[in-house]
Amino acid sequence: MDVLLMMLSVFVLSFVVGYLLISRVPPLLHTPLMSMTNAISAVTLLGALLLFDEGMPVSWKLLGAVAIVMAVFNVAGGFVITDRILRLFKKG
Amino acid sequence: MEFTVALLVDVAIIVLFMWGVSQFRSPKKARRGNLTAAFALAAAVAAVMWRNRIVEPGVVVLALLIGSAAGWRVAMRVNMIQIPAMVAFQHGAGGIAAFLVSFIELLKYGGPGISVAKTSGLLGLVIGAATFSGSMIASGKLANVIKQTPRSLPRHALWVAGLVLLIILFSMSATHAEGQRLALFLLALVILSVFLGLIFSLRIGGADMPVLISFLNATAGLAAAFCGVIVGNRLLVACGATVAASGSILTYVMCKAMNRSLLSILTGYQQGLAKHKTLAAPQEKDLRVGAEERSQEDPLARAVAAGKEAKKVIIVPGYGMALAQAQFKVAELANLFESSGKQVKFAIHPVAGRMPGHMNVLLAEADIPYDKLFEMDQVNGDFQEADLALVIGACDVVNPAAISIEGTPISGMPILKVHEAKKVIVCNLDERPGYSGVENPLYRQGNVIMILGEASENLERLIKGLSVG
Repeated sequence: MDVLLMMLSVFVLSFVVGYLLISRVPPLLHTPLMSMTNAISAVTLLGALLLFDEGMPVSWKLLGAVAIVMAVFNVAGGFVITDRILRLFKKG
Repeated sequence: MEFTVALLVDVAIIVLFMWGVSQFRSPKKARRGNLTAAFALAAAVAAVMWRNRIVEPGVVVLALLIGSAAGWRVAMRVNMIQIPAMVAFQHGAGGIAAFLVSFIELLKYGGPGISVAKTSGLLGLVIGAATFSGSMIASGKLANVIKQTPRSLPRHALWVAGLVLLIILFSMSATHAEGQRLALFLLALVILSVFLGLIFSLRIGGADMPVLISFLNATAGLAAAFCGVIVGNRLLVACGATVAASGSILTYVMCKAMNRSLLSILTGYQQGLAKHKTLAAPQEKDLRVGAEERSQEDPLARAVAAGKEAKKVIIVPGYGMALAQAQFKVAELANLFESSGKQVKFAIHPVAGRMPGHMNVLLAEADIPYDKLFEMDQVNGDFQEADLALVIGACDVVNPAAISIEGTPISGMPILKVHEAKKVIVCNLDERPGYSGVENPLYRQGNVIMILGEASENLERLIKGLSVG
């Protein structure tokens, strides 16, 4: 129960803090914001890594490897695109 | 002790994330914010690999390398008009990862009985799978691989309700199953969810894409957070929740910019559309007559004259400009105006592009400085003072019918008040209504000069006319 309570409070706290921070982002930067949060949403990568724990069947690890490739594709692609977009913004 | 250290490391990583996100308040700092978030994610991966004994590190590293190389390569090649399609595709990839991890974690849990962890796992599985298929359709539509027009099954609502019901039933059965039966139930759930995402996304089209892509952003985050609960990883939950918050905000902003409720967009319900269509038909004829009369006066010469006279110019770019790749010509024209001492502003409607903020990126790509780009609320008061408003490839977002006529699909939608400017030049491909299907009365206004056809060619002519004498 302890763990679940912690998870719930982490969820609520992150949602609220995230909400407050992100509502201040100007519409000018909404596209890079979305492509960055898109990269962050692939933190499921962490879950995929944990599938390579000891005693896991091979078939699970195989799915885990697919999950890693997909997630890291999302992570790397997301951060690189965001950087490319942000480099375009120049002040006059 | 070990527990405390782990907690501190996790908190530090989350704080770093939040700091990175907070940097997106200004374009100057945002780049640093993005790199910080990337670093935080790398730190999280390192922490997880350090804490847990990862067997077969070779396979893991190989998978990491393949994925990141592919992501990098695609990200470097994609151009700015393809960004929405690319982002939607990545949402899909994130969805796959979320449902795969939830799938295996659920198998690991096994055993009968309902628990919070299991419920979260099931939610992560269903939302992840639906996000995957929904994003693939969205990406296909944005990349013009699939037709943009909304498509629905006969009795669409019934299909959706039926699928949701089946998903709930299978989820409940899955909580009581074990071993192979459980795996089968979960597989069925994945297939049902994929189908749900498919028909859900196919239903939404064209101008509603910014809402769909923001919504999928939120669901991708939610899937990650739920997946995090069953995995029992704080970092996953925190990041997922932040992304869900971000996606929710963007969805709300997009809905507000179109004055439509999320529900009406997602279910495809449009108020008063049928009634309006019968009204629009006779107007079309008048419009053509008007256009012919005007064409005899040579609109280009009038436009050049208006451009030379003007002191304050507001440029209104629409998605048509992006499709015609005319943003570079627009930048050239803006420079020309400025070099002759005119004041130039760009007015950006929130749904001018195909994803939130897309138009800003397209203009930034054409080297237009961001302090010349103004949001709708900032600039709408300036149109009355403006000598000239130049509309390029925009229709619905400058349609005064949204204010003056009730019962159309765009009634009540906030618009850029171009019609208040002293003179207006419209560089559109044709006089046909925009995605909403509502005729634009602006085109018939006396002070409006219509230059129809390919935007880049017409802008080129305008630039030539203005630079002579």
